[in-house]
Parts: sequence; C-alpha cells; structure tokens
Amino acid sequence: MSAEPVIKVRNVSRRFGHVVALRDANLIAEAGQVSALVGDNGAGKSTLIKILSGALQHDEGEILLDGNPVRFASPHQARDLGIETVYQDLALAPSLDVASNLFLGRELRCRGILGFLGFLDDSAMHERAQREMENLRVGLSSVRQPVLTLSGGQRQAIAVARATAWGRRVIIMDEPTAALGVRETDKVLRLIKRIKESGIAVIIVSHSLPEVFSVADRITILRLGRTVRQMTRAEADMSEVVAFMTGAAGEESAEKK
Amino acid sequence: MSLARSNRPSRHSLTGGSKHGVSAGEGNLATPTKAPSRLRLLAQSSSLYILVVEIVLLAFFSFLNPNFFSHSNLTNIAWDTSETLLLALGQTFVIITAGIDLSVGTVLMLSGVVASWVMAQTGGSATEVVSGHFPNALVAITLGIGSGLLVGIVAGAINGCLVAWLRLPPFIVTLGTFSIALGCGDLISSSGAAGQPTIPPVPEIFANTIGNGNLLFGLPTLVIVSAAASFLAHIILKHTIFGRRTYAVGSSLESSRLAGVPVARQLILVYTFAGFMAGLTAIFDLARFHVTDIQGHSLDNLNTIAAVVIGGTSLFGGSGTISGTVVGAFIPVTLSYGFNVIGVSSFWQLVAIGVIIILAVLVDQLRRRHLASSI
Repeated sequence: MSAEPVIKVRNVSRRFGHVVALRDANLIAEAGQVSALVGDNGAGKSTLIKILSGALQHDEGEILLDGNPVRFASPHQARDLGIETVYQDLALAPSLDVASNLFLGRELRCRGILGFLGFLDDSAMHERAQREMENLRVGLSSVRQPVLTLSGGQRQAIAVARATAWGRRVIIMDEPTAALGVRETDKVLRLIKRIKESGIAVIIVSHSLPEVFSVADRITILRLGRTVRQMTRAEADMSEVVAFMTGAAGEESAEKK
Repeated sequence: MSLARSNRPSRHSLTGGSKHGVSAGEGNLATPTKAPSRLRLLAQSSSLYILVVEIVLLAFFSFLNPNFFSHSNLTNIAWDTSETLLLALGQTFVIITAGIDLSVGTVLMLSGVVASWVMAQTGGSATEVVSGHFPNALVAITLGIGSGLLVGIVAGAINGCLVAWLRLPPFIVTLGTFSIALGCGDLISSSGAAGQPTIPPVPEIFANTIGNGNLLFGLPTLVIVSAAASFLAHIILKHTIFGRRTYAVGSSLESSRLAGVPVARQLILVYTFAGFMAGLTAIFDLARFHVTDIQGHSLDNLNTIAAVVIGGTSLFGGSGTISGTVVGAFIPVTLSYGFNVIGVSSFWQLVAIGVIIILAVLVDQLRRRHLASSI
C-alpha cells in the first residue's frame, strides 16, 4: 500500500470565457473508499467530474493519479488509465442493444483476418455482457434488447455495469440515483458499497445528503468553484455541510487559501 | 496498493464483476422484463411490407398496360433502380448517423463531368477524340474512372469534415455542396467554345463493357455491381465495428463521444463513403449514357432519400437496414416507369415521391412515439 491517494486534485481551475467554473478545487479519492462531491447548483461539481473523466481539460493546478501528475486529453485517455465514469444522462446509445452499449467504443473483434478487417465478435460480446449482467444481478431477459426498451433503473444498471466492467482504479458517478425511485436508489447504493469493497476508488456527485452520509467515507464541499471543506464522514455533521454548501459558513477560510 | 500502470484497455477483462470481487448482493438491481426486441421486429416487417407494396405496384401497372411487364421495361427498371440503389447505400449510412446528404446527385454529376473530361483530355488529340477515336483508350479510361471516384471521395470528405469538425447541420452543409458541385460541373462542361459540346462522348469500349455490358445472366454490369455492393454494405453495417459505430453515432452522438467512439472520424468516413458511392455511380451512369447529363441529377437526392426512408431507416438516426433500402429503391423508379406507361405526366411522379417521403417519415414518427409510450 502506498500512502498516495489514487486521485488527488490540487488547486485545479477551469474557465469558460470569462466565467470561472472552478478555482482552486481540491479532492482526494482513496482506494476502497467512497468520496462524495457535494455543492449547490453551479458549484462546479460537473466541471470537476468532467475534468477527471477527460471530457474537459483543466487550465491550472494538477491532478495526481497514484502520485503521478496526469492530464487527460480525452475520455479515452482517462479510461485507458482505469478511470470510468457513469454520466448523469448515462451516455448510452438507446437504439443499440445492451451488449453493444457495454462495449461501445471498445468493441471486440473476431480473431485473425476477420478481426483485422474490423469484424465484430458479437457472440463473445453477448456472452460477456450476459455474465456481467448476472454478476451485478441486473435482471434482463436478454442482452440483445435495445436499451430504449428498458426502464430507467435498468438503464442506470447498464451504465453502472459498463463502468464496473472496465474501471480498474476509479469509478466516477454523477448523480447516480437522481432519476430513480426509492427501491432502485437503494439497490444502486448497495452496489456502490460493493464496488468500493473491491478496492476501487469511487467518487460520487449527489444532491441528496442522507444518501451521501449513508455511503460516503469522505465528503468534499464545493461552493462557487472552490473546495470550501474536505472532511471524513466521522467528522461531518449534516447541518454543518449545509452551512458550507450555502455559504453560511466557511467563506473566510476559503478566502484565506 | 500498487497498481500496474497500463495504457492499454484491458479488453479481455470484461468479467470485471468477479475480478473486482463485486459479488452479487441481495436482490436484483433491476426487475426483469420480457420486452421483445420491438425495434428489430418492426425493422424486419417494414422491408417485407414495402416488398408487398412494390409487388402490388408492379401488378397494378402491368394490369393497366401489359407493356409494363415487358423484358425491356423491366430491365430498364432494374437498371435505374440499381443506379438509385448505389447512391442510396451511401445515403443509408449517412441517414443512420442522423445526417442527410443532399449533394449526392450533383456530386455524381460533377464526378461524371470530370471523368469524361479527363478521358477526353488523355484519350488522344482533340480532333481524334471528337470523332470518337481514342488511341489511348485504356489509359484514358483508367484515369477517367480514377478521377471520377476521386471527385466523389473528396466531395464526401468535405461534407464530412464540415459536419464533424465545424458541427454544421448536415442539411445546410450538403445543400451548399449540392450547389457548389452543380456550379462546378456547369463551369467545366461549358468552358470551351460557345455552342460546342466541350466534352465529347466517352470511348466506345468503356460504354460497351461497363455501360451496356452484360456480366452474368444477361444482366447489365450495373445491376450485378449494385447487388454486390448492397450485400457488402449489409455486411459492413451489421457485422463490423464501422457499422456498429455508425448506428451508435446516430443513436446518440454525445454518448458515443463519452464512451470513446471517435465520432468525428466516424462521421467523416461515413460522408466520404457516400461521396465515393456517388463517384462510383457516376462511372456507371457515364458509361451507360456516354455523356453526363448536367441537369438530370438534381433530384437524385430526393430519390435516394425516398429509397432510404421508405426502407424504414429513421431520419432521426440510430436505426435502419440495407435490405429496406434495397426494396425502397424500387418504389420511386417503378412509379416513374409506371406513370410513363399509363400515360400520366411525369410531373405527377414528383408529386407522388414527395407524398411518399412525407408519409414514410410520418410512419417512422408514429412508430417512435408508440415505442416511447410502450415502455
């Protein structure tokens, strides 16, 4: 075990024209832990998530992966380093079937000359998708169903399954339960705990503080693009977190940084 | 915890669940459903349905005028359908990406003009060529075909780059290149002395082999080629990474991008393929008619779009089949010949095609609404 956290975000900033979406954002994600990223609308949560997943690039600051500075030019690079993201809108292709979605962007080729010509190994993909669905207990009659025939919870499960299937180090989830009912939310939260127990660093963005307090080991609070507070769940208190989120507390300490 | 750094995605580790020890917890993550693949069923039924319509049309016109069912008429229908189909194959890929290519017809024309111009320039001296004598026929034909295909490829690549990199709407981009190709074709073909047909007809040997040649079973070369091309296009669409990503990009561009599909490259390749098919069609069109008709291809885009949407490919992207397009390509051509033999003005054909396109899109809309509401 090295002492370095899997992900360490240090004073990262990002501007869009004149709008500063992030300034001096900090975040730590440890292996086998869930780090929650909370904040009000416009706090910069999505921007930070997109930087970590390679969909956006940061202007200043650094991101350390196992202590090594990294910069992702594309989602591809982040994924090659074992960082998977479950986007809020799930990033699924609705008219493709479940297996194709699981392998979207990394389709399996046939062996030999056919593979060289770009032929798909559909049976291998179906078989592995089937196994993946069984591992996560996603109840599907067939992995050949188009995603658009599935319910919201099933789609969420597919997106999570894709991330866990490929993520080796970090799985980022943006509002993983926002579109779900109570029962499905509960299942996703249990799944997050199982993923973390397997030694992966999980980062979740959530609006729901009870949910954050039930799964997170660390809580990072963003406000107006800054990290105003990082704490472990043990030290956290829900009313204090709300105070930091809304700016009722902690403004001065942030200014001092 | 030391993790080995690897820049390669671990392709063959998709059994990740067990690898990470993510054991199955209590309860299913989602409740099982038995929804059949409605999309697939509908897609299959739609090409069958269109086939029935086509047979009804053939029977109807033959009933009204037995000449319609003559060998020569049917051969002409097969011939024209093959030409529409070759173009429509590229159009199918483009429409599956939720795009559209309005420029296919005029790019075909430009490719043909350039091909015949190159053949005339390289075939022999000006007087020889005008009198139909090509001393360097083989070289001229080779260069002509090559340049015709190249024009198609370049035009398609330009469409693709504008759509993919500048993120301009395909409708506007290809409307622009439609006009540009039409203008360029006019410019090249009218560059000579006033009143002179500046580009003489193609070498006879080219017309007699590729144009009016019969490859197999007395079928024109073009029919064989378009059948083979359709089969190939079907295989590519259904069984290759290129095809799968064509569907993915059309189904959701943003999701595909986030999932790591190189969307810009995919779009550029798809539009380039459509351009190449326009160039290829131009070669056969030129060989068949000996010269390229400048004004005669302005509505080819309409016919190919009709073929594709009648065939059940959705203008909203993400779904469609080659088999549908193959059957769909017969409809506009059959109507055209049918109206001709029963003495209805060809202008009515335009009216009919317009109505059919709108109806086909309406059916697609209703199908989507039905799917959305049935979940």
